[in-house]
Amino acid sequence: MRLTVNRVQYDIDVEPDMPLLWVLRDELGITGTKYGCGIAQCGACTVHLDGLAVRSCQIPAQAAEGSKIVTIEGLGTPEALHAVQQAWVEHQVAQCGYCQSGQIMQAASLLDTNPDPTDEEIDRVMSGNLCRCGTYPRIRAAVKTAGAKLRGA
Amino acid sequence: MTRAGEIARRAFLVGSAAIAGGVAFGLYAVRTPHANPLLAGLADGEATFNPWVKISKDAITLITSHADMGQGVASAQALLIAEELDLEMGQFQISFGEPAAAYYNRAMADESLPLMATDERWTSESMRTAAGSLMKLLGIQGTGGSTAMSDSFDKLREAGAVARETLKLAAAEESGVPVGELRTEAGAVLLPDGTAIPYTDLAVKAATLQPVTEVRLREPSEWRLIGKETLRVDMVAKSTGTMTYGIDLDVEDMVHAAIRVNPRKGGAVKRLDASNALQMRGVQKVVEVTGGIAVIADNTWRAIRAAEAVDIDWDDAPYPAEQAQHWEAVAASFTEDRLDRTWRDDGAAEDVLAEAGNVVEAEYRSPYVAHAPLEPLNATVLVGDRHTDVWTGHQLPRILQQHVAAITGHEVSAVRFHNQFIGGSFGHRLELEYVKLAAEIAVQMPGTPVKLTYSREEDFAQDFPRHIAIGRGRGSVANGHVEAIDLSIAAPSVSASQMGRAGYAVPGPDLQIAAGAWNNPYKLPNFRMRAFRVPELAPVSSWRAVGAPGAGFIFDCFLDEVIHAAGADPMLERIRLMEHDVSRKVLETVAEMSSWGGELAAGKGRGVAFVESFGVPFAQVVEVTDTDRGIRIDRVWAACDAGTIVDPVNFEGLIQGGIVWGLGHAMNCEITYSDGMVEQSNYHVHQGMRMYQSPEIIVRGLQNNHKVRGIGEPMVPPAAPALANAIFAATGKRIREMPFDKHIDFV
Repeated sequence: MRLTVNRVQYDIDVEPDMPLLWVLRDELGITGTKYGCGIAQCGACTVHLDGLAVRSCQIPAQAAEGSKIVTIEGLGTPEALHAVQQAWVEHQVAQCGYCQSGQIMQAASLLDTNPDPTDEEIDRVMSGNLCRCGTYPRIRAAVKTAGAKLRGA
Repeated sequence: MTRAGEIARRAFLVGSAAIAGGVAFGLYAVRTPHANPLLAGLADGEATFNPWVKISKDAITLITSHADMGQGVASAQALLIAEELDLEMGQFQISFGEPAAAYYNRAMADESLPLMATDERWTSESMRTAAGSLMKLLGIQGTGGSTAMSDSFDKLREAGAVARETLKLAAAEESGVPVGELRTEAGAVLLPDGTAIPYTDLAVKAATLQPVTEVRLREPSEWRLIGKETLRVDMVAKSTGTMTYGIDLDVEDMVHAAIRVNPRKGGAVKRLDASNALQMRGVQKVVEVTGGIAVIADNTWRAIRAAEAVDIDWDDAPYPAEQAQHWEAVAASFTEDRLDRTWRDDGAAEDVLAEAGNVVEAEYRSPYVAHAPLEPLNATVLVGDRHTDVWTGHQLPRILQQHVAAITGHEVSAVRFHNQFIGGSFGHRLELEYVKLAAEIAVQMPGTPVKLTYSREEDFAQDFPRHIAIGRGRGSVANGHVEAIDLSIAAPSVSASQMGRAGYAVPGPDLQIAAGAWNNPYKLPNFRMRAFRVPELAPVSSWRAVGAPGAGFIFDCFLDEVIHAAGADPMLERIRLMEHDVSRKVLETVAEMSSWGGELAAGKGRGVAFVESFGVPFAQVVEVTDTDRGIRIDRVWAACDAGTIVDPVNFEGLIQGGIVWGLGHAMNCEITYSDGMVEQSNYHVHQGMRMYQSPEIIVRGLQNNHKVRGIGEPMVPPAAPALANAIFAATGKRIREMPFDKHIDFV
């Protein structure tokens, strides 16, 4: 099986139904994508599959073949932050930080299609991502800041 | 352990006055500092001045020994050292260090005494000093009870100042310039001519000097970092997926393990058949562990799937099988023989209520709730010939070492613990079971590192939740004011359950049954508060703020009922009854912030609550709207006084998040038992708050409290009662049981 993650091609030998989450974490050692619930209830495992935010715990490896997979590591790096990551740092959103890879990937996907979302649109798209530390007020603010950055406003 | 240590160990976490009267220990032992653990591993040319600072020619390392589970204390500890050492954020690296007596937590002692935080009589302060000395003598290293900042505030600034002065001495000897003419700035000693000598260049010289111990701490007006906006040290890593949590570790040649342990916690295995699991791809071994099995495989997912495929018959639970039986046991405990302690008996509540014409009576319930931090429990253990290595995030490193040593057979000192950043705890990482199970597996795989990862389902099933409680209140009013309150709370002892698992006895009454109910500094004319101890039920554990979320909800909501019965204003009556100036200011502040008393639109209601916990008086006003789709939480105003605020950006975020936590669990979370097993298996049935429900939260921290306090927990207890009181104001419906969604819908 061949997967393309963050523009790198990997040949892997796994069961077709192994979730993409575990291929990333345990087979490829790409651990920024987190395991939280395994049943699409928390969003910690959110990655982009051909530009769309998906729960990688629900994507069988086989179904990801031929797609462009981007994880948090492919969005930006500490040296070259993506606009969403910049906003997250500016607002100091993270507490434990464990959900934030997923939150950031979800937000980046939202802003990609709608760089000027209303509060209601932010709530609708982001409410599938659980934050046990309760950083929602800052996530909301950071999404708006990131949108402004992306719009060049 | 020494004889004094043994006596002290038995009296640890006293829960009574035993500590002041009973335990004597030598002044010498109390005054002698513990050895600096950094000395042992010091390389040539490296200097250390105390257990918190190490400098080599390449790097400055600050030891932040308190565990960081998201509350930001790694950053805050480093900030305190950097303040006095004249380092900028970013000029140093941090390490959690190794477990050591030198990192004992003095402030934890305060939380083990049955004293009101507002009680500062010399006798009480002496008890705190004695208890703090005991923590030192025993070398209890721990993070919890919102103590990291109170423990660290003076200690770490002193550590920074000692390092700074010693580096200046080194610079003086190298340059020939007298110490008095030297300054420090941004990681360097400055000579009068402007030459800057980086600290790292002074390491070799400093290593030859005795640390300077006479130091002066800076005045608040001189602070560069404390109280200023700084960037948390972990923020960039946590925004880029580059933070390595315990669950992300990759130790060379590591194998992956998953467990299945009897969901009737503490029960045994009757029969098991692992033949299916052993056929599955990647599975190497199935081993027995206490109460169940572990599968060892080459990948986490394969291990979890195979563990689920093992066919097991479980034995019964050592506690009642059905939730209703748990409530019955609590309800049956309001009896004289189960009276744990009468915490308050001011005036003559019993007599006044006996004579009162109208008595307000109510019963409240606080349920079991799960910790469920987002990073599932995990631990990596390698059992070698001479050492055991443990990689995980934990709040009690030295107790962990003892428990692991008992399993692997190594000396306690040969258990090398490598603390990790934690993806949330809320009390979960005070528990030892997951580490012990990882050690039990690893001891059956000598020489091979084993990473145990819990599935979310196993994490829910094996969690020790917050204890349940029932409160019964009777109250009366006179002349438009509160006249008398007699409040009884019955609950099992979370302290006995939790410390029992850790191997410690907890003599005396349990502080947590009444925490948040007895200690609010009100002066009610007649107030009795009694705690009743329920015999042990299912195992329970500290859940963020421990006793205060349950007992504080019961106390404050019942007070609100009596205030309403008196026809008084909920805010003004609380302010009138408050006899502690710092706390009254907190209430007045939240009233001012929320423009309390102003006109509200139709369908809206506001509730106020005040609960003091961990020495922090905390008031919140919640505003809700009763919509046709249910209750919507619009806004929260929060005011508290934790003394000096070390990191204001983190302070605000932590309080906002803790209020989301408190409200979310009050809305929709409970753990229930059926057939001896927890019925909730994942987040779909234990949701907490989602973003669309999250209100605007406005925070203000006063700084009149002269003791520096922690803010990891105190925002939680007032959140639930403020919400319940707001729902009453909006709808006229009094909700006396968490979670509230059993009685009302939320948007």
